[in-house]
Amino acid sequence: MRRVNAVPAVFLVLSGVALYYSDLSPAFVAGEVVTRFIRDGVMVLALVVPVTAGMGLNFAVTVGALAAQVGMVLAVDWGLQGGTGLLAITAMGLALSLVFGCIIGAVLNLVRGKEMIATMIIGFLATGLYQLVFMVGYGTFIKPTNREMMLSRGIGIRNMVDLEPFRNIMDRLWVVQAGPVEIPLFMVLVVLAFACVIAYLMNTPLGQQFKAVGEGYEKARMLGIDADAVRVKAIVLSTVLACLGHIIFTQNIGMLNVYTAHMNTDIFACAALLAGGASILRAHVGHALLGVLLFHSLFIVSPQAGQNIFANAALGEYFRTFVAYGTIAFALVMSTGKR
Amino acid sequence: MKTPHLQIPQVFILGMLAVLMAMAFWAGIPLSGIMGDSLVRLVMNGVLVVSMIPMLNAGLGVNFGLPVGICAGLLGLCLAVNLRLTGLSGLFAAMAFSVPGGVLLGYLYGRLLHRVRGREEIAGTFVGFSFISVMNLFWAVAPFTNPSMLWPIGGKGLRPVIGLKGYFAKVLNHAWVVHLGDLAVPVGMLAFFAVLCLGLYAFFRTKTGAAVNAVGENEVFAGLSGVNVRRIRIAAVILSTVLAAWGICVYAQSYGFIELYSAPLMMAFPAASAIFLGGSLGHRTAVVQAVIGTFLFQTTYVISGPIANALLVPEVAEILRMILTNAIILYAMLYEGRRRRAQG
Repeated sequence: MRRVNAVPAVFLVLSGVALYYSDLSPAFVAGEVVTRFIRDGVMVLALVVPVTAGMGLNFAVTVGALAAQVGMVLAVDWGLQGGTGLLAITAMGLALSLVFGCIIGAVLNLVRGKEMIATMIIGFLATGLYQLVFMVGYGTFIKPTNREMMLSRGIGIRNMVDLEPFRNIMDRLWVVQAGPVEIPLFMVLVVLAFACVIAYLMNTPLGQQFKAVGEGYEKARMLGIDADAVRVKAIVLSTVLACLGHIIFTQNIGMLNVYTAHMNTDIFACAALLAGGASILRAHVGHALLGVLLFHSLFIVSPQAGQNIFANAALGEYFRTFVAYGTIAFALVMSTGKR
Repeated sequence: MKTPHLQIPQVFILGMLAVLMAMAFWAGIPLSGIMGDSLVRLVMNGVLVVSMIPMLNAGLGVNFGLPVGICAGLLGLCLAVNLRLTGLSGLFAAMAFSVPGGVLLGYLYGRLLHRVRGREEIAGTFVGFSFISVMNLFWAVAPFTNPSMLWPIGGKGLRPVIGLKGYFAKVLNHAWVVHLGDLAVPVGMLAFFAVLCLGLYAFFRTKTGAAVNAVGENEVFAGLSGVNVRRIRIAAVILSTVLAAWGICVYAQSYGFIELYSAPLMMAFPAASAIFLGGSLGHRTAVVQAVIGTFLFQTTYVISGPIANALLVPEVAEILRMILTNAIILYAMLYEGRRRRAQG
């Protein structure tokens, strides 16, 4: 039995109405949507595997983002530049997210049935530990080489670190002009390549194991699958993808908000996935790609629409926060059934 | 009855308190001031913490949807300020005004949570988050008329922070303060909290209260013995929501300001942490456990601020609090998970 999910249609209608009232040119909106697609696409894709493995929405993608940020701060501290710097960041981020992914996976195996709330708490806890290291540890226990990124009191890193040496390195490759819209073709292909790899993975033996565990933990164990190990693999994969996604995101922005850049990445990614028609029990790559486009279209036009309809830009702002939280709440309330 | 024994969080926090106390003593920070402050903060946050007990005992888990009740309380506070009510009667009027909203929201929230049994905590979290953004829209257009609540320019929409000075700021804090040497004991405030806690204790001795516990312990068995499980669960949610509304009233008068918009977004997490700290680890929670947990949690809060300032890194207090809050919640989840695994 499969009911038709009306969420994507709702997003389409809302975006259309908001676009009409916002008076923004469709070309501008399209350009913005393309930018958001390459910024956030991989982060949303990172959520697909844990949902398939029956663990629900992985709010601990923030931990993957933190791994990326650690890599970036260290790269700036050591004065690394350009492509090699970016490779070093990726290597450090991947190593850290592998370790963190294993830890998160082990924790989630102990709290089976409450994975989603646990991943949220893990995200907050990791944020606290990360802030402690860079706000207090740097300048006391860790000696910085790059004095410029330190606060004037000598302890703690500045809130903003300039990523000038890495800004838009990947975005400038193969830029194509499609009418008034500029499309960084290389990055679009990168996001699509990640999507293809994940879609392919779901058809490999490992992917079949994810699906089997997702359909029933006990049933998978009776089939001889080490369900706990499969779940750890799902989370490791998700954390690694989140780390890569966040590297793409920050090099596009070009500035690192050291203490807050990772916050809410989980909320926006989850809302985007659900906007594409996924549920907390079923998600595939198509949901993720469609969801990023739909969610960010609405996100771009709603403040201006709020300004024009109610003469109050704040209302549009509140409305889009509501859309992000509300989409997740709706999905959680609607998908009754198992468990 | 299980014999009470210390869990890792309590051992950890007692150790941390001992270290902090020693540091405060060494830095010359007067301990009597800290004790007085932590008594005030016990009640300031305590009502929000005990508000979680009915839902915990009914088996709905931690009420991470605390903002739902908080918003009902904020509405009551705003009504009281709009009518320019002052003094203790103003505070009690605000609490009374928040009851109808609390009951209605609690009923709807309870029905919603009944749909998502087994996933109440994460669903509650996001119901709370999205309700805050709905209320953001409401605060921005609400037809209140008292100019001290509205944006000074334009005169439309509520301010994010409304000062209660001149209305009922700290009326409960200052009701009957007894000075024992250097230590100022807020007797009126403590008495108010004691009455509330005794009321909740008495509730769990009534037939309905016993039914709440029974549903929390074994839903199937409770249903078979004639308890209407759905009704009892919704009743527990309504009670928790109304208590949370009162909790924010007490909190706001103690703080001296009503904080609207996104301020209550994260308030559920420290409250959850305090309740676990008192020794409730996912099963039946006594009122006294919540009170002890809140006191320990708030004492670390009060004491860590001046010490962090003395160490020249003021942010460290906030960061440590965040780590402490979430580490305790995660520990409680792991403990509960291990217990369930052991039972098979």
